[in-house]
Amino acid sequence: MLGEGRAVCLPADIDTDIVIAGRYLRTKDRSIWASHVFEDLDPALAHRLKGAVIVAGKNFGCGSSREQAAIAIREAGVVAVIAPTFARIFFRNAINVGLPLIEADLPCNDGNIIKFNLAQGFVEVSGKRHKVRTLSPRMQEILSAGGLVDYWRKHR
Amino acid sequence: MSTLSERILNAPANEYVDRKVDRAFACDGTGMLALEAWKNMGASHLADETEFSIFFDHIAPANNTTTATLQHELREFAKSSFMNFSDVGCGICHQLMGEGAVLPGEIVIGADSHSVTLGAFGAFATGVGATDMAAIWLTGETWLRVPESIAIHIEGRFTGAAEAKDLALAYVGELGTDGATYQALEFVGEGVKDLSIDERMVLSNLSVEAGAKAGLFYADDVTVRYLRERGQNAKPQIPETCTYTREPEFDLSDIVPLVAVPHRVDTVKPVDDLAGLPLDQVFVGTCTNGRYSDLARLARIVKGKKVAVRTIVVPASASVLTQAIKTGVLADIVEAGCTVGTPGCGPCLGAHMGVLGEEEVCLSTANRNFKNRMGVGGEIYLSSVATAAASALEGEITAPEVA
Repeated sequence: MLGEGRAVCLPADIDTDIVIAGRYLRTKDRSIWASHVFEDLDPALAHRLKGAVIVAGKNFGCGSSREQAAIAIREAGVVAVIAPTFARIFFRNAINVGLPLIEADLPCNDGNIIKFNLAQGFVEVSGKRHKVRTLSPRMQEILSAGGLVDYWRKHR
Repeated sequence: MSTLSERILNAPANEYVDRKVDRAFACDGTGMLALEAWKNMGASHLADETEFSIFFDHIAPANNTTTATLQHELREFAKSSFMNFSDVGCGICHQLMGEGAVLPGEIVIGADSHSVTLGAFGAFATGVGATDMAAIWLTGETWLRVPESIAIHIEGRFTGAAEAKDLALAYVGELGTDGATYQALEFVGEGVKDLSIDERMVLSNLSVEAGAKAGLFYADDVTVRYLRERGQNAKPQIPETCTYTREPEFDLSDIVPLVAVPHRVDTVKPVDDLAGLPLDQVFVGTCTNGRYSDLARLARIVKGKKVAVRTIVVPASASVLTQAIKTGVLADIVEAGCTVGTPGCGPCLGAHMGVLGEEEVCLSTANRNFKNRMGVGGEIYLSSVATAAASALEGEITAPEVA
């Protein structure tokens, strides 16, 4: 899986309450989640995420199991999230909703152009190539299908 | 030799496995999204061999028309597909699954992060998101990476005013919020033998706050007796010598009452360091500390006195509430000026029934104090029930007295 986008740098230990607050969970309207994503961190951030690659610190997505967190990030237009580690439920949720994740500890400057190749396991930051851990074949299959729903539509 | 996770999942650490799920459950929040994924998968029949349940606990009763309409759809689905269905007021999913359903050795998957609570019974219990749950409804299986394990060695007995919650905050403080990511915790040592099921559920519950995938106790005589009283036969699990990645040790007699300060569960301080901090609200409840023994402890401390700050008490289940009514514990709590909410998650996730105002401060017995979780601009401190009770009487953070 290939992709590219502009870097948006975020700190470590971003929890799912910060990604999408509980007060926005009483709906199935995905556009609401997309427009309020990261609101309690920076209310202006949601509008800067189209075509972005989030480069965050460790333990991204810790906290609750709310899948709305991964959906909100993807719906806001984020191409991928890069972090040294992810909380495990967020990791599964992101793959399941078709949001690529890359486990890597990379330097970040806002606006850097980031390219990635998940099958070959590398990320390029402003032209400099970093080798990263590849996802399991099944996760790549789920991502390629566009998420677990589409994966099961095909495999059922 | 294997860890308990390796034994239950029947594979060595770090291996990816597909496993049949014995019990799978979702709540009102995650269930709605799982139902949408289920429909989008084009699925129609539930897998045969898994026990499926839906619990209404997160925003129950519904807070507005939108929620009520979404819940109506999920309720109809649960009933028409013959899942076990637990409606408004029955209580929190983890508590109800722990009232005699989950058995040692089972694989239990919940669409809620605190599903780890059920590791208290020697089950491999973990949380997933909604789409994973929909796939389990469809297939009865899920994939898992067998975790490596950290041993939390527990020795001694509680001697002062500390309780299981204080140990839980102590180990999260030591490990950090990601200290156990991708790993399981196993609670072992001489000290676990004297811990009740309620206390074990507190310790398992907080394991996800250290990032853990599961938090397991080996089933022993305490487990077997608890389950027998609820009509279940279970056998003890005998620990084997095995390899842990870390083995932090805790002597219960050294544990003192602690508070987790905003906005992280791992920023833990002794209650004494925060004594005198004014409070706007005290909340006693949740899948961490809303059980009967918690309410009884609260009642013992506030009985015959008056709380000095609004104090919201939410029993974890209807049976907890019933027991508290029958024993008079509930009357003691209400006569002391506390108010009581519908069994369920209460204000823990900031959706209803006790949301905080800007700059308000709450002392809560829950498990998360993330920024804005209980309301925009509100601050959450986490403590034991005894600390919450002592603090409610004073209207400020107060160290509990030795029982």
